[in-house]
Amino acid sequence: MDYKGIWILAEQSAGRVQVISHELLTRGRDLAGKRQTELTAVIFGNNINNNDLQELIERGADRVLAMEAFALEHFLIEPYAACMLHLITQYRPEIIIAGATSTGRTLMPYVAIKATAGLTADCTVLDIEEGTGNLLQTRPAIGGNILATIKTPKCRPQMATVRPQSTQPAPRQAGRKGTVERLQAPSHLLVSRMQRINFVKNQEEHGLAHANAIVSVGRGIKKGENLKIIHPLIKALGAALGASREVIDRGWLSYSHQVGLSGKTVNPKLYVAVGISGSIQHLAGMQTSENIIAINSDPDAQIFRVADIGVAGNLFDIVPVLAEKIRQARMIS
Amino acid sequence: MRIVVPIKQVPETSAVKMDEATGTMIRDGVEAIINPLDLYAIEIAIQLREIHGGEVVAISMGPPKASIALREAIAMGCDSAILISDKAFAGSDTWATSNVLAAAIRRITIENGPIDLIVCGERATDGDTGQVGPGIASFLDLPVASYVCKINEITNGLCCVHRMVEDGYEVLQIQLPTVMTVVKEVASPRLPTLRGKQKAKKVDLTIWDVKNLALEGSKLGINGSPTRVVKIFRPSVARNCKKFIALDDNAIQAAADRVVGYLQEKKLI
Repeated sequence: MDYKGIWILAEQSAGRVQVISHELLTRGRDLAGKRQTELTAVIFGNNINNNDLQELIERGADRVLAMEAFALEHFLIEPYAACMLHLITQYRPEIIIAGATSTGRTLMPYVAIKATAGLTADCTVLDIEEGTGNLLQTRPAIGGNILATIKTPKCRPQMATVRPQSTQPAPRQAGRKGTVERLQAPSHLLVSRMQRINFVKNQEEHGLAHANAIVSVGRGIKKGENLKIIHPLIKALGAALGASREVIDRGWLSYSHQVGLSGKTVNPKLYVAVGISGSIQHLAGMQTSENIIAINSDPDAQIFRVADIGVAGNLFDIVPVLAEKIRQARMIS
Repeated sequence: MRIVVPIKQVPETSAVKMDEATGTMIRDGVEAIINPLDLYAIEIAIQLREIHGGEVVAISMGPPKASIALREAIAMGCDSAILISDKAFAGSDTWATSNVLAAAIRRITIENGPIDLIVCGERATDGDTGQVGPGIASFLDLPVASYVCKINEITNGLCCVHRMVEDGYEVLQIQLPTVMTVVKEVASPRLPTLRGKQKAKKVDLTIWDVKNLALEGSKLGINGSPTRVVKIFRPSVARNCKKFIALDDNAIQAAADRVVGYLQEKKLI
């Protein structure tokens, strides 16, 4: 039997479908259109909300396969991998797309090995090659200095992960038709040598992922103490604080502030990059922001190439002036 | 406790420069280092040995010069190291790499007895995939705990860890043997000691090739890799930046006014 159809791996938490699933439907719809094939959302969990499953149809899935069992309530590698492999063997999809989440980035490689499938991590662009119908997967590599396009010519399925927030969620079309199949997971697939005994929610929350405005700092601030120069600008804009990898690696800010390929992907209305040169590693995490402002001492810095407006000069002189002018402008309006 | 730490030698990527004309990487003068994220795996493995006894074996698949990275791992405190090197491995993707590393771990088990723990860095800074840790676990049919930020305790063959996820951390209890991939929060890597460096200089590294591992030729290197790189290029950029050079106070005032104007025009303030 041939491999056919596109799958996205939807995710749930406490029975509610997560927004990454809707983002993946945007990718999946595009690919299913190009391949002229069916789009299936696959989801593992326990007592998954029925309206949420229906919503997957309204947002672009032709079919939902929801495999359920108590042991699938939370992500555990062995039962999740066994159930996914079971479905792959049964339905033989040609493409599987998952989010590059803590679940997707663990489950996909585990499954790809056993399925002898090709897997590409953190794709920024997915496309179909004309003629062959192969999935073309483009991703940053070598610390984000280059982009590589990768394909899987022979093995099936072709698997890929994409960053959360790198696409808009697929729009909801009321009344869109499709089938929702709820499947009981076979009990012999649910064996796990790992148990989840507790979950502790983060106290620290910068809300980077959902911020309307983000001001990010890079190596240009020169030392950790200099972070204070940014605070008036953050306050004036009501922004969250982000940073490039260099700042995190030097210990000036904690990892939760990191924007970029190895940190968070963000797409706020406004992104202000201060003292960030703009490695692809960083650009991969922020270039879909609606408006980008760059401040950097090097007029030839990469960051200006993705910015809408930029100021080249000494950030220590520019930032205080800009912060004050924004503060005044807001007071007047 | 017997622990294996698979490591990778990588170019110092923050130093990588691109040739703008050809779009290729300039490798001259770029230092090869232990993947910085593997240092956390080495450190936590050594700490576990200090508590529980046993040994830490560093392994690496790579060209002969990857032995430098393995000697650095010994200088930090690993007990022994194995280089897995063969021309047949060239062009391996993460599937083929995981296969070779899993075969090496199987052979260590056969020669020296069972392994309790395999600790990997979260990902390598050059490939940036994070796929090989879970890949090794899959080939060995072991569970894998990814993004481990803390190891609480190991008793009676059970290991309790914290696993970092998007909105917090999970507390997991895992039966040994297991694979885990660790993040920076797990431990701060130590520097090599003088004694460690002397030991590293003298130690005989074990070197294994395709024959030693009895690997199937069709599963090796580029032919054994499901994925192919078809194109490498520099990214294109889409936006037309209005750029102001602001080197004196007047220019800074003017540029700041233009930025404020932009923010107002786009209704951002």
